[in-house]
Amino acid sequence: MIVADRKSLEEILAMVADNKKILILGCKGCVTVCNVGGLKEVEILTSSLKIARKKLGKPLDIDIQVLERQCDNEYVAELSESVNDYDGVISMACGVGPQFLSEMYKTQVFYPAVNTTFFGGATQHGVWEERCAGCGTCGIHMFGGLCPIARCAKSLLHGPCGGSSEGICEVNADTECIWDSIVKKKMEAGQLEDLMGVKGLKDWTTARDGGPRRSIREELVQGKI
Amino acid sequence: MRLSYSADIKIIQVPCTGRVDILHLLNAIEDGADGVYVAGCLEGECHYIEGNFKARRKVDHVKKILLELKIEPERVEMYNLSSAQGARFAQIANEVAEKIRALGPTPVRTPTVQKPTAP
Ligand code: SF4
Ligand code: SF4
Repeated sequence: MIVADRKSLEEILAMVADNKKILILGCKGCVTVCNVGGLKEVEILTSSLKIARKKLGKPLDIDIQVLERQCDNEYVAELSESVNDYDGVISMACGVGPQFLSEMYKTQVFYPAVNTTFFGGATQHGVWEERCAGCGTCGIHMFGGLCPIARCAKSLLHGPCGGSSEGICEVNADTECIWDSIVKKKMEAGQLEDLMGVKGLKDWTTARDGGPRRSIREELVQGKI
Repeated sequence: MRLSYSADIKIIQVPCTGRVDILHLLNAIEDGADGVYVAGCLEGECHYIEGNFKARRKVDHVKKILLELKIEPERVEMYNLSSAQGARFAQIANEVAEKIRALGPTPVRTPTVQKPTAP
């Protein structure tokens, strides 16, 4: 899933400092699962902002709503009647949400309340870790199923750098060296040989380096693209 | 036991402090409570095993939010006591009332209105 972290209250308060009536818009997708932008978090942000603004003697009128997904025009369209009732809209979805909203509703302003960070999953309750960098040409089967592009600080493809020490990455003492784990896993499986071959150059044009990407399923497309 | 404790305290009963939510605490502050405290069972004695530990984590989270909003985090607190400790309950109630009184009324009801700067 896409993982995000909430911005500080100070940042969010500054965004809506001049607003009197706003909408806080959650999303039932990834940000609900990573506990940053679902109904609960929308309610907590609402109460926090109201407290802050009452304290300033400038009460803020806040409506809340949670869309099925903010990355689907079908659901974004649900706001068509109400979106202009507000001085501003805070989106708690990943960065995709406020963009779909901004594209559909040209005159309204949509503030991002979260910082979108990575594609990953929960390794324990309350902890999420990065697993994929969306490189566009997946090859994790060559690395024991562990992605060195997303999980090695240098995205190395032919083994660890000289900074790997006792399973820890030299870039961050809290991070495992994924190459240490890849090599150990392959050794335990008696498949270390698999890592010996020289891999061809990785084609980074399928990653962000090739510019914004688009996926097309022609069998689903109706009309022109 | 007919123990008296501060009349400023309003009690809301819950089946277990594990039921207390971040929102309950925040909404109380939002609606103008000067302080909120959670009285949970003694640590290790929760009937639902860890309800009181969960409540403490939520109290700590609300303290962080208050700190961000530049409101005294001491306005929200967690205490642990058993239901047999009536005297301790009254003592905590008085302690809390005293502490909150020292902090003064909540800034939510007495806003620090920003004065417009003179032209
Ligand atoms: S190889 Fe690319 S697509 Fe596959 S997990 Fe790693 S970054 Fe993601
Ligand atoms: S120590 Fe390991 S994870 Fe860190 S940069 Fe070097 S090879 Fe990559």
